[in-house]
Amino acid sequence: MKTDAVDPVDLSAASPTRRAARSAQSAELPRACGIGLKPEHFRELLDTRPALGFVEVHAENYMVPGGPYHHYLSRVHEHYALSIHGVGLSIGGDAPLDEAHLQRLVELLDRHRPERFSEHLAWSSHGGHFFNDLLPLPYTEARLQRVCEHVDQVQRRLNRQILLENPATYVQFADSAIPETEFLSEVIARTGCGLLLDVNNVYVSCINHGLNSRDYIRALPCDRVGEIHLAGFTRDRDAAGAPLLIDSHGSPVADAVWQLYEFALDLTGPVATLIERDNNLPPLPMLVAEALQAQTLLERQHSAEREATS
Amino acid sequence: MSPVRRPPCHPEESFRQALLDPDRPAPAGLSVWNGSDPTTRFDVYRNNVVVSLIEALESTFGVVRQLVGESFFRAMAREYLHHALPDNPVLTYFGGDFPEFVARFEPAASLPYLADTARLEWLRVRAYHAADAEPLSIQALQQILAQPERLPRLRVQLHPSARLLRSPYAVVSLWAAHEGLIPLAQVDPMQPEQALILRPELEVEVIPLDAATADFTARLLQGLTLGEAVEQTLANHADFDLDTALVTLLTRQALLSLE
Repeated sequence: MKTDAVDPVDLSAASPTRRAARSAQSAELPRACGIGLKPEHFRELLDTRPALGFVEVHAENYMVPGGPYHHYLSRVHEHYALSIHGVGLSIGGDAPLDEAHLQRLVELLDRHRPERFSEHLAWSSHGGHFFNDLLPLPYTEARLQRVCEHVDQVQRRLNRQILLENPATYVQFADSAIPETEFLSEVIARTGCGLLLDVNNVYVSCINHGLNSRDYIRALPCDRVGEIHLAGFTRDRDAAGAPLLIDSHGSPVADAVWQLYEFALDLTGPVATLIERDNNLPPLPMLVAEALQAQTLLERQHSAEREATS
Repeated sequence: MSPVRRPPCHPEESFRQALLDPDRPAPAGLSVWNGSDPTTRFDVYRNNVVVSLIEALESTFGVVRQLVGESFFRAMAREYLHHALPDNPVLTYFGGDFPEFVARFEPAASLPYLADTARLEWLRVRAYHAADAEPLSIQALQQILAQPERLPRLRVQLHPSARLLRSPYAVVSLWAAHEGLIPLAQVDPMQPEQALILRPELEVEVIPLDAATADFTARLLQGLTLGEAVEQTLANHADFDLDTALVTLLTRQALLSLE
């Protein structure tokens, strides 16, 4: 499916010359592994330049006029491909998108020209308040229509394809009439957006709702996956004592999620993969080591694919 | 499909009401595959919202948190959330009126300098993310000083990151002590202090100013001409020394232009 000129798992794709050869609007992330970049790691990343394919940052943290965040992000982008990941558009909400926030996003993407922008199938704002969490939506025909309108609007304003991430959820709605995988597939089919497959979210949600995580992934349009997220969860229990997993991004990727990642790669082919870590930030080398673990699986997948086609 | 026509499902409103109020039951209309009470599961969202917003305040107001202790800070922040949820997703700027809230927060009344400490921390965040700009060079200033007769009519533009804090309390020293820059034992919190908060390059600087220089800087920030600012400052502070004030502002890279 992928037709870009970059050798899929060639880390030299991250070099400035190779990156400059790709135009900002049409470029993709290299099919290599990356990490979520936090300000604590700006300098060390620039000083040590670990072999990563890309970095990802949260859009909202960079919606400021100037200062060190923009300074370092620009430097980092000279050496690594960049993915900007929004957490505040509230695409899954019923209410109209916040025009001021969309405008902030347009300006941010104009400024840094990332290879990718992605957002969530979730809502986070309502009635003029921002809740700073990715909240669940009912999967109804009316909401499907609304989400498609929102994705269309965002893609038009940003003048690029976005990726939409599958959510981690803790409750479902009695009114939901459409399975989540079908809802996502329909949004992707109707709007032309891509899928950000968060494998940890798949695992967490499937445990939380008594679903089979492999069936869940099989039901998605895996040829439309533009990026994969891997992260850690924490364990809790619900009122009946059943396992309740929480998408906490505060620990290493769990073994079960690594296994599910391998399963997903069989269906998606090699694709840019991010180690997400938002809490209990470890030293940079530990994050890089986790990314390299994913890189190994990605390369194994890539050579298997090459053997199959030769 | 169900023959019963249901109203459109908009859980946002019921979520909004229940997210910040732990005494409310979970919103109606939730379902759980194993039939368990959805409240336990809904509590994950409640916890995410409250904890992440308190953490956002903690990252801005770290010295206030040190001054009152973690549990007091969290209780105060939780109260604040009931008054002021963020109105947009840029959490960097969440908490702009937290200092005013702290000033009115009865249980903190025994620490009268707490609100101004919060103001200082807020101004540091504003300065950190303010627009970048090239400060006025010494050469450019020398050219301006070569025509002294023009000086009184010039307006001074300060760096976009420049913010002024004037407090009846020693919040600049208190802040510095809690950042480990000076010994806390030296600080008498009941002394007035002033500071210029500035980020000329990548680091935010907190520059203590004497009362006269702070007064003068405030008038420059108001957009007065140099002549007006000097005259008004001298009216309040007979000891005001313009040369020293300008040298301070220049060498700290606070000046952007004189036009």
